[in-house]
Amino acid sequence: MSAQQPAQTAALQEAPVKAPASGSPRAPLLELRDIRKIFGARPDWLERLGQRLGWLQPAATVQALDGVSLSIAHGEVVGLVGESGCGKSTLGRIAVGLHAPSSGKRLWRGTDLDALSDAERRRVGLGIQMIFQDPYASLNPRLRVRDLLAEAPRVHGLIDRPSETDYVAALLRQVGLDPAMAGRFPHQFSGGQRARVGIARALAVKPEFLVCDEAVAALDVSVQAQVLNLFMRLREELGLTYLFISHDLGVVRHLSDRVAIMYLGRIVESAPSAEIFSRPAHPYTQGLLAEAPTLKVEKKRFLAIQGELPSPLAPPPGCHFHPRCPYAFERCRFEVPNLAEIAPGHVSACHLNSA
Amino acid sequence: MSETSPRPAASPADSEVERPLRRVVRAYAESRVALFGLALLLAIVLAALLAPWLAPQNPYDLMQLDMLDGRLPPGSASGDGQLTYLLGTDEQGRDMLSAILYGLRISVGVGVVATLLALAIGMALGLAAGYFGGRFDAVLMRIADIQLSFPSILVAMILLALFGQGIDKIVIALVAAQWAYYARTTRSAALVEGRKEYIEAARLLGLSTARILFRHLLPNCLPPLIVVAALQVAAAIALEATLSFLGLGLPVTEPSLGLLIANGFQYLYSGRYWISVFPGVALLLLILAINLVADQLRDVLNPRLQSQ
Repeated sequence: MSAQQPAQTAALQEAPVKAPASGSPRAPLLELRDIRKIFGARPDWLERLGQRLGWLQPAATVQALDGVSLSIAHGEVVGLVGESGCGKSTLGRIAVGLHAPSSGKRLWRGTDLDALSDAERRRVGLGIQMIFQDPYASLNPRLRVRDLLAEAPRVHGLIDRPSETDYVAALLRQVGLDPAMAGRFPHQFSGGQRARVGIARALAVKPEFLVCDEAVAALDVSVQAQVLNLFMRLREELGLTYLFISHDLGVVRHLSDRVAIMYLGRIVESAPSAEIFSRPAHPYTQGLLAEAPTLKVEKKRFLAIQGELPSPLAPPPGCHFHPRCPYAFERCRFEVPNLAEIAPGHVSACHLNSA
Repeated sequence: MSETSPRPAASPADSEVERPLRRVVRAYAESRVALFGLALLLAIVLAALLAPWLAPQNPYDLMQLDMLDGRLPPGSASGDGQLTYLLGTDEQGRDMLSAILYGLRISVGVGVVATLLALAIGMALGLAAGYFGGRFDAVLMRIADIQLSFPSILVAMILLALFGQGIDKIVIALVAAQWAYYARTTRSAALVEGRKEYIEAARLLGLSTARILFRHLLPNCLPPLIVVAALQVAAAIALEATLSFLGLGLPVTEPSLGLLIANGFQYLYSGRYWISVFPGVALLLLILAINLVADQLRDVLNPRLQSQ
């Protein structure tokens, strides 16, 4: 496996770890441009008629993503952090192509994925795989591991029948499982082993880009560390690029080159990992960091972020964070702050930056 | 658990343990009543299949019937002394045992064929409705709702009144009366399973829609379908018997169980119970056996019990 991708491993070493949003000589591996996603929209003709006649209320819509742009360079590991319901999983599913955005563009190495033909998109799509959160629901319970791993490569002609056993064995070894387990069903594995099978299944089609959606959240802490180490090892062996979605700052810190913080459908801050943990600029990021558990043996009072995440059905006007922000002032209530660079590679969307 | 060998060397048997099918068989065998039901069902089906060799007489061959032997009580000898009518004869001199064996053959055959057809149709429609959703789903489910709001006997009677008699017409009527159960069951299972992450993973792996539907989605929707199908076989057999009893089903020359019961019905008050009662008992045993098996299958395939 690893011998087949020397070019990528070499690219990893020269890849800029901290790629600025623009100015890179080569196009980013995956770029999401001004993505919006609205759920529950688009009434059909009958509903439109009913609404026009005043019999029906317009259906409630959720703006899950409100103009999100994110670009990920080759070899980079980007952490995407936010509370439940902030839209980070939706962004991940749009990144891999499971959801279609309501508007906005998806560019793979600079080419618009929506402009490709279906066959081309399917081929390119193999390069983008996802590691799922639930190690139980993400494996088909009726298939043996051998079939789980070999099905897609067989369908796409990556392997032939005779080489299948070797291919599956190599994949299992790569994720730290015993190749003798190829004949088992998913329910015969522990949670951590299933997570590894899920990773092996994604690797089976030789992807370049992995979106990990809370990939370790369902695992025990000790197993989490092992799986995170596996991700790091695979990154070095295969030159993989990751979008690592998590609500857990500790997990992201361990792994990421760059971290993007999401709040209610918008990215509010993005910076190199070290920078965001040492000098968080956005009040929300500061609040998140203050909440993160530490080993310090002092009495801690939890008060950093007040209140609940507002309903995405009726997001507050202006800066979405202003009802909970300790520094909010008049302007925050009606004007949406734009992402602005406050240090090289460090962008933040807060009116305080320009105040 | 280290990175390379997560488990101490597994014994060869360990990699074979607990295939889903084996688990189902073991769990099924835990109930004696269910095993009895299965044995009874197998015996009845076997008797029905082997009817031409088991039956003392071919009840459909009018040449073999002797009107003079009509309405003899159980245990009587035939007029020519060659046969003993163990279960008596009907008014045409037909040996009841033979008629019941042949009738079972028709009942089981019609029930199974109609169920398989309805299952195939309902499953395909329900799977598509659950996976694709949208307007197709809405229209299909409203049709199913409307049909299920009529008693299935009424639907079948209307169709038979339109088509006329015959075994193929009966099958069509049964399929039309029952496809909706399978469509609904499959759809609800497909809705649950289709939202699981393994379906998303299959889509990301670039597998074709047909492959996702039939290799990934359908096998995981089967357990509730098996239970419904098992119960509906009994319902189909009962429905066929009812239709035949009402004279809407099969021709009089090839009586199924329902028609045999109907034929003997008029003699019940004159003490000739055997013409109606024995076919009735056969029908009862058949449906009882199917229901015992289906009940245990439902318990065994219950997803909430599966994790144990």
